[in-house]
This record gives sequence, C-alpha cells and structure tokens, in this order.
Amino acid sequence: MDITRFISTHRKLLLVGFLVLILIFITTFPLYTQASHVRLLTTLLIYVVLAVSWALFSGTTGYMSLAPAAFFGLGIYTMALLQKELPFFLIIAIGGLAAFIFALLIGLVTLRLRGIYFTIFTFGLVIFMTEIIQYLETRLWGQHGQHIDPIDNETIFYAMFVLVVVTVLAIYLIRRSRYGLALLSIGGNEEAAEHMGINTTRTKVLIFAISSFFMGATGVIAAPSLVYVNANIAFSTYYSFMPIFMAIFGGMGQIHGPIIGAVIFGYLEKTLRAQLFSYFMLGFGIIMVAVILFLPNGMMGLVPMLQSKLGGVISKIRKGGQAEQHANT
Amino acid sequence: MAERILSLIIVGILQGGVYGLLAMGLSLQYGVCRVLNITHGEFVMLGAVLTYMLHIGFDVNPLLAPVIIGPLLFGLGFLLQATLFRTLKAWAPSPAAFEGNALLAAFGVLYIIEHFARITWGGKLMPSYYLNDVVSFLGMQFVKNQFVTFAIALALGVAVYLFLSRSRMGRAIRATAEDAGTAGLMGVNTNMTLASSFGLGALLAGIGGTLVSTKIAVSTGMGFPNTVIALIVVVLGGLGSIPGSFVAGILIGIVSLLVAGLWEPILTVPVYYAMLMVLLLVRPTGILGKK
Repeated sequence: MDITRFISTHRKLLLVGFLVLILIFITTFPLYTQASHVRLLTTLLIYVVLAVSWALFSGTTGYMSLAPAAFFGLGIYTMALLQKELPFFLIIAIGGLAAFIFALLIGLVTLRLRGIYFTIFTFGLVIFMTEIIQYLETRLWGQHGQHIDPIDNETIFYAMFVLVVVTVLAIYLIRRSRYGLALLSIGGNEEAAEHMGINTTRTKVLIFAISSFFMGATGVIAAPSLVYVNANIAFSTYYSFMPIFMAIFGGMGQIHGPIIGAVIFGYLEKTLRAQLFSYFMLGFGIIMVAVILFLPNGMMGLVPMLQSKLGGVISKIRKGGQAEQHANT
Repeated sequence: MAERILSLIIVGILQGGVYGLLAMGLSLQYGVCRVLNITHGEFVMLGAVLTYMLHIGFDVNPLLAPVIIGPLLFGLGFLLQATLFRTLKAWAPSPAAFEGNALLAAFGVLYIIEHFARITWGGKLMPSYYLNDVVSFLGMQFVKNQFVTFAIALALGVAVYLFLSRSRMGRAIRATAEDAGTAGLMGVNTNMTLASSFGLGALLAGIGGTLVSTKIAVSTGMGFPNTVIALIVVVLGGLGSIPGSFVAGILIGIVSLLVAGLWEPILTVPVYYAMLMVLLLVRPTGILGKK
C-alpha cells in the first residue's frame, strides 16, 4: 500500500480523524494533568479565539482593526460588573453582545469610508475605553478597579473550549458562505465587489460585529483568572498586538493559520514573558516585520512552497516504486 | 470666569501648535509614501528622550538638541522607507495591499522601537523642563516655554509649507505623491524623494518630541498616546493637508485645555473621539481636505 497515495485519496477522512483526536485530547486534558497545564491550555484557547476572529474580518477584507483589546476588555468589564447578579454562562453571551453592539456602532460610523479611517479610529480605541472606565469608576462609582471572584479552572477551561469550537465552526461556515466570498471580493477590489451587487458596507459592519462578539465573549471567560482588574489592565494594547501578530505569523488565508500562530506564540508567551517582557516584545516586533516582508502568507504560506519543492522528490520516489512493480510482473 | 476661559483658550492655541507639528509629519508621510506611520509617536519619544539625555548628560540647550537629534531621526526614517517600505511596495500586488502590509509592518516597528528604548533607558520619568518660569501677559499667567514652543512649531510649519509649495524638491515630492510612475518618467528620483519625505516626517516628529520635553516629564512609554493624538489631528485636518493639520492641531489644543480645565481631565480622548465621530459623519474629508 502506497502511503502517499493513501493520504491523497483519503484526505478528508484523515482530516476528520485528526480533528476528532484533537477534540478528544482537549476534552480529557484536565483528567490527567496538573492545574497549571490546564491554565496554560486555557490561555492558548483564548489567543486562538482572538486571533481567528481578528483574521476573519481584517485578514480577508484588508480593513486593519487595531483594537481587539477594546472588545476583549469590554468582555472583562462586563464580567466584573455582572458577576454577582447573573450566572456565568449568561454573562458570556451578554459580554459578547456588548462587544457586538459597540462594534456595530463603530462600524456604522467608519466602515462606510476608506479603510484608513477605520484603522485610525480603532487605533486609539483602547485609550478611549480606558478613560471612559476610569471616569465612571472614580467619579460615579467612587472606587478604583474591580475584584472578580475566581471560578474553578475546569469550568473556565470547558467554557473556553466550547467557545473555541463554536467560534471556529462559525467562522469556518462564514468563510464558506456567501458572506465569506463577499469578504474576499471586498479585500480583492471593493469597487468591483460593489458593482457585482454586494452590499459592501452592510457585509463589513456585520462581519466586524460578529468577530467582535467572539472577542467580547472571550474577555468574559478570561476575566476570573485575573482576580483584580482596572481600566489599564483590561484595556492593554498588549491584547491588541498579540492576536494580530499571531494571525499574521500563522497566515491569514486559511482558518488554521491563526490557530497555529496562536498556539505557538501563546506557549512562548506563557513561558518567556514573565522574566524578559521587553526582550520578548522586541523579538516579536522583529519577527512580525520579517514575516510581513518574507512570508506574506505566514507559516501556512510555507506549506505550498515546501510542497512544490518536495513534490518533485516524492513523485520521483513514487515513479521508482511503480517501475519496480512493473518489473516484477 | 471669562478671563479663565480666555487664558485656557490661549494656552490651548499655544499647546495646539505642537500638536499641529506632530500631525504635519504624519500627514506628509501618509500623503506622499502612503504609509500610515503608526510609529510616529515613537519618533516623538526618541526625540524627547534624546533631548533629555543631551540636556541632563551633556548640558546641551534643549532648543539646540534638534541639531544633533534631527539628522539622526531623519536618517532612521529615511532608512525605514528606503529598505522596509520600499521593498513592501515593490512586492505588493496592489496599492491597497501595500497600505495594509505597510501598516502592519509599522505596527511591528512600533514595538521594536518602544521596547528597544525600554531596554536601553528603562521606564522611569525623565523631567527635563526648560524655560518653565512664569510670565504675566495681559494680566494672565503663562509659562515661557509655551510661547517658545508655539513659535518654533509655527515657524517650522510655515517653513515646511513653503518648502513643499515653492522649492524644486518640494515640487518633486508633490509630483511623486500625485503619481509616482509619471514623476519618475519626468526625471524625479522617486525612491530618493519618498525616502526623504519619510525622513522629513520623522525629523518633524523628533523636533516635536524636543518641544514636548521642555514642558512635561518624558518617558519611553509616551509614544502611544502621542500617536493617537497625531492620528486624530490628521483626520480632523484632512489626510495629506499640511495647513489642515495645523488648524486641527490648534482646535484640538483648545478643546483639550477647555475639557481638562472646566470639566474633566480624564475625558479628553473621549471628547476627541466624539469630535472625530461627528466629523466622519458630516465631512469625512476633514476640515481642509480636498474632495
């Protein structure tokens, strides 16, 4: 049995099997590892959602949003404010909805215009949110920062896992739907897309809001492990930079690009960041520039490149095998 | 009360001159090179921190510091355009794709400069006030450096405007901004022109940083808020319009002082955002923008 031929004919089956294995592995993960590993995996899953949902809008349309942190932070604050009143799972939906509505408003103002206005508008959004929250806290509520009651690791882990599955599935379906094609054609040539009858503004605003929904919901789930938040912690530019960096590193063309980027750099971040924060960020900046320069399609862009180079070798081996069979008969 | 408002407005105008200078460089870079340079604030930071180093370490007069810092930052900006952005432009499939890639590359450069500065100089506050004695003028109290920085910013603004509209090099820059291909056919060295304009933007940011450092204590983390202000001013004034940047800078200066003085200092950025939102709904091209 020729392995390469088996792989090429049963690709779909293998892919599904691989996915099922990963799902089983992640679901049973807390059963046989320490709590610190569960927390690590939770962080990775958080970055996966942020990177994938950022790439859904900005990767396809080319409208660069520089504010994942604004929606993520909105989720964190939703959790901080509602934790006493409502059950956890309801707050996740509310946090997502808050981010959805906020993104809808921003989109309605800026996405009618050229992409540059949208980018500029989102760039300072983190400071905007920080100042509003600080104003509300100091002047109206008379306190600084919020305490969040911790929730046990496994609940957070499974909540995050469900959110990842929902997000990835939703984004996979969106990318395959009419909207996905519309997004790609907007990214390719917006004027042409409009002439083909796509309501470009509506598509952009809707998809931007959907991608923000997932970021907001992630913020809610990430909040309990922070224990204490204030405006500067919740709305830190760090959470804007990391998802963008991860999506670019992995490659934004396909859905698994950002996932791979998020897993690799989420892990590096967890292990290296504490000791050498500035060196770590400096290195990330350099890698980001290098990837944009030399690997415009990210790490996923390497795959077809390698395939075309290795392809010759593989087909030679296969031909050799066939010739041998021929000789035997 | 009336007198207080008047003095806030005057200080706001003086403050706005510096904002205008910051925005001018950014506007030039976007208008000519099509790079939305979100590292702009980091150049302001480099200018400010280097001024502090020269002032405290070598006892150089802060107002003379740009003589040393200016060429340095010009060179840095020049190199960025001549290597990074030029390559990106050559490899990009379309102008829109180039703008997106350049933006993301600038985002990476932002983190490189910021954290390089943090590793080298730490995160502490660096006070290097200059000319901060109080003078009375028309019965109101002002700080001397407010007048000096405004005068320098205004002079530079006029100089850059004249340079772009009258000089041969300025005409080359405008021609390249309009249509780089045709400008090249007319004998303009477009790569050189683009790199020079980017360098000029960085130089203006650096001088802006020097001016800021005479008024407030600077730090390596000051880049980000300065970029935000410069971006908002640029959009308010109209992308690519130099006089527009200056007018909008002064407007933002007045608004920031009025909001901080009469209402709530923490809410200045939300108020800028409210202005930006109204502008984008009513007149997206900005106050003095064309088309």
